[in-house]
Amino acid sequence: MEDHSKSHIVPYKTYLLILAGLIVLTLLSVAITHIEFGELSVFAAILLASVKSSLVLVYFMHLKFDNKVLQIFVTAIFILVALVIFITFLDYNYR
Amino acid sequence: MSQQESTQTHVSFRDYKGRYKGLFAWIFSTDHKRIGLLYLYSIITFFITGVLLGIAMKLELISPGKTVMDPATYNAVFTLHGVIMIFLVVVPGLPAVFGNFFLPIMIGAKDVAFPRLNLLSWWVYVLGALVALSSLFMAGGPPDTGWTFYAPYSFKTNTNMLPAVLGAFILGFSSILTGINFVVTIHRLRAPGMNWLKMPLFPWTLYGTGWIQILATPIVGITLLMIVGERLFNIGFFDPALGGDPILYQHLFWIYSHPAVYIMILPAMGAISEIIPTFANKSIFGYKAVVISTLAIAFVGYFVWGHHMFTSGMSGTALYTFSLLTMLVAIPSAIKVFNWVSTMHKASIQLEPPFFWAASFLFVFMIGGLSGIALGVLTTNVHLHDTAFVVAHFHFIVFGGVGFAFMGAIHYWFPKIWGRMYNTKIATTGWMMFFIGFCILYLPMFLLGIQGMPRRYYDYVDRFHGPNIISTMGSWVLFVGLAVIIINLIRSAKKGEIATKDPWGGKTLEWTVDSPPTLENFEEIPVVEKGPYDYR
Repeated sequence: MEDHSKSHIVPYKTYLLILAGLIVLTLLSVAITHIEFGELSVFAAILLASVKSSLVLVYFMHLKFDNKVLQIFVTAIFILVALVIFITFLDYNYR
Repeated sequence: MSQQESTQTHVSFRDYKGRYKGLFAWIFSTDHKRIGLLYLYSIITFFITGVLLGIAMKLELISPGKTVMDPATYNAVFTLHGVIMIFLVVVPGLPAVFGNFFLPIMIGAKDVAFPRLNLLSWWVYVLGALVALSSLFMAGGPPDTGWTFYAPYSFKTNTNMLPAVLGAFILGFSSILTGINFVVTIHRLRAPGMNWLKMPLFPWTLYGTGWIQILATPIVGITLLMIVGERLFNIGFFDPALGGDPILYQHLFWIYSHPAVYIMILPAMGAISEIIPTFANKSIFGYKAVVISTLAIAFVGYFVWGHHMFTSGMSGTALYTFSLLTMLVAIPSAIKVFNWVSTMHKASIQLEPPFFWAASFLFVFMIGGLSGIALGVLTTNVHLHDTAFVVAHFHFIVFGGVGFAFMGAIHYWFPKIWGRMYNTKIATTGWMMFFIGFCILYLPMFLLGIQGMPRRYYDYVDRFHGPNIISTMGSWVLFVGLAVIIINLIRSAKKGEIATKDPWGGKTLEWTVDSPPTLENFEEIPVVEKGPYDYR
């Protein structure tokens, strides 16, 4: 059984950096709506959203310090969702 | 623990006196066995309602033109039949009833990981059911869209769509809570020594199902909320007039609803994997292959949703991809069937009712599976799409597969749950009538579909009359068989012979505990040293 007594103290500086990163990425995701990416516009939006959610998962939700099994599960779920989106766009991009 | 509490834990879970009395002792109990039975009684009630609606539909189709109901009523009846059977009966079905009751016992635990969450999931289920069925009592009547709620019609109909959609949304939460509970229980509460490859196959299928419940159900929840948003606030998700895309609805709906078929069928396969070795008195053939095929079905099942949409106007690339992936998912299902048949090969089989259900499951599941191949091929699908053939196919899978496995499971675990035996002769008669009725009811629908009779039509041309008469008569035989089975089980639960711990000679852990089990299942948590099917 995993040791739950271990605690991971993350410096405030890291949290602040991540917060700043999230704000910048949010502004970026608004900014890129003015650029015409054509078929890749949804891809660009999803890419930015994925980076943001990964930062939240890894740092704010402590996945970085968590059990390896949980890291594998979360990665597998990301891959699953990515595949579902990819297959959906086999319809939209080739109609 | 006081002396009184200590002795209480050694009485049957049915006789245990907790904080509450009477009905409250059940509806506020966090005991996984009581919750399993709460689900059983709720599901049986809805199942009988769904069966009566189905029989009413078949009665309408006994002759062309109006027979017993008008077209609008027919549309409402098939929608309610679908909503009740899918969301209230088959999706919770085996996991909620037998999963709750037997998962902790089969892995050597005292309860699930989160007993209160487990009780909450039943309450959420009841709430969802009440909301979904409230449309029956509102002006405008129940929805007439079919259980799929396809856009754009679903937000144009004047019937009460929103209660049904919100009900399905709430029911989704119940499903997610159960899924989380089972996945955590399997990870954390297995008995000492029970490594992953010593775990019985029914828990393995609950594990695969749990993941699908957790990952796929939120998608339908959001989709149903999008319908609500579109209906109430005119947000253009699916309506072309508002700039939406109706095919997007179909994608989102089936991204959940196809994996939901595996939520239904995987635990059914798990129950069959328990029944066959016990009655063949033989270890399951290819345990690892069955486990891997379970996980493969759960995984590949996520990527085949588009085969419900072959005529919707998807791109050619998507059509080929979905058709190919659909063929792939047939492979692990076939592996399981070969393993079950190989388990029975040269075995000394006990011919008892659970085995009859398992054997007939193989028969109907194969017909359902092979007709699914016909529907997975693009060319034949275009001809058969939205015909009675599809209705026959999915009833062979969902009613034939899951329904027969459910019946097999209840006959298999009955002595453990109620501590009594049932009359096996009456049970066998009931099974035979049910099985014959089932075949008479659904086999003609394959023929009707190939000849071009559309599904969900209240009327038909004269040349479809003959097979429709036969099909309707089959529904009567099936119903009589069902009545025989239910009456026999209810009677036996009260008056049957007292059952021993292991009346069938099973080897998994539930056959080592009392019948019915005590409150905490085991006096001492067992240490597992052997595999689950240690026969010969």
